[in-house]
Amino acid sequence: MIKIVFFAALREQLDCAELSLSADDVKTVNEVKQRLSDRNSQWRQTFSNASLLSAVNHDMVAGDHLVKSGDEVAFFPPVTGG
Amino acid sequence: MTSQDLFAEISIQAEDFSLADEVALLEKDNLTDGAVVTFTGRVRNNNNGNSVTSLTLEHYPGMTEKSLAKIINQAKEQWQIGRVKVIHRIGELHIGEQIVFVGVTSKHRQDAFAANEFIMDYLKVKAPFWKKEQITEAGKTSENWLDAKTGDTDKAELWS
Repeated sequence: MIKIVFFAALREQLDCAELSLSADDVKTVNEVKQRLSDRNSQWRQTFSNASLLSAVNHDMVAGDHLVKSGDEVAFFPPVTGG
Repeated sequence: MTSQDLFAEISIQAEDFSLADEVALLEKDNLTDGAVVTFTGRVRNNNNGNSVTSLTLEHYPGMTEKSLAKIINQAKEQWQIGRVKVIHRIGELHIGEQIVFVGVTSKHRQDAFAANEFIMDYLKVKAPFWKKEQITEAGKTSENWLDAKTGDTDKAELWS
C-alpha cells in the first residue's frame, strides 16, 4: 500500500488528512494524482490546481517520480512559513 | 566534536524562544568564529491590508526537519560557517510573537550574513510550513490560508 497525506488548505478542501492506495496500479506521483482525481468532481477540481506540490518520503518531487508500496506520498499547497 | 565540525540544530516547537539564550549557545566554547548573525521573524499585525489578530502554523512533521537539514547542508557547501541554529514555531501565534529564528556563526561576517539570508530564503519556499491567518474586519472574524508570494520564489532563485 501507499500512504497518501494531505496538508493545510488542501486537507480542508478534501476534508481528508490521510488515505491508502494499492500500489498495484499506480507507478508515478502523477498517476496517484489521477487516481485521486477520479474519486469525484470535488477531488478532480481540487487536484486540477497546478500549483500543488508533492513529496515522496519527505522529499519534494516532480510528477514523474516513481512510487512503490510502503512509500508516503504527500500533496500540499505552496509553503508559507517563515 | 571539534570546533571545525558543523554544529547544526533544528527545533520545531510550540514554545517561544529566547534570543539571548540562542546567541549564548551559538557562542558557547566557540572561540574560532568572530561573527554571529541572527534573524528573528515575528507576527505582523497586517497582511494585504487585512487586520490580522493571530496566525496558526501547520507543518509536515518529518519532512520539515529533513528539508531544513538539507537547506543547512547546502549553506555549508557554499560558505564557511561554524554553527547553525534554526527554530520554527508551530500552533497558534499572536501579533508581535516570534515565529522563526535563524542563527549562523562564522569566522568572518560575510559568510555568516550570506548563509543566514540563504537559509531564510530557502526556508520560505522549501520547508513545509503553512500559515492560516485569523482576520478581524468590521467586527467579524474570519480565517484564511495565506497564499505563497511569487516574490519569495524569485528571491530564493537568485541564489542558484
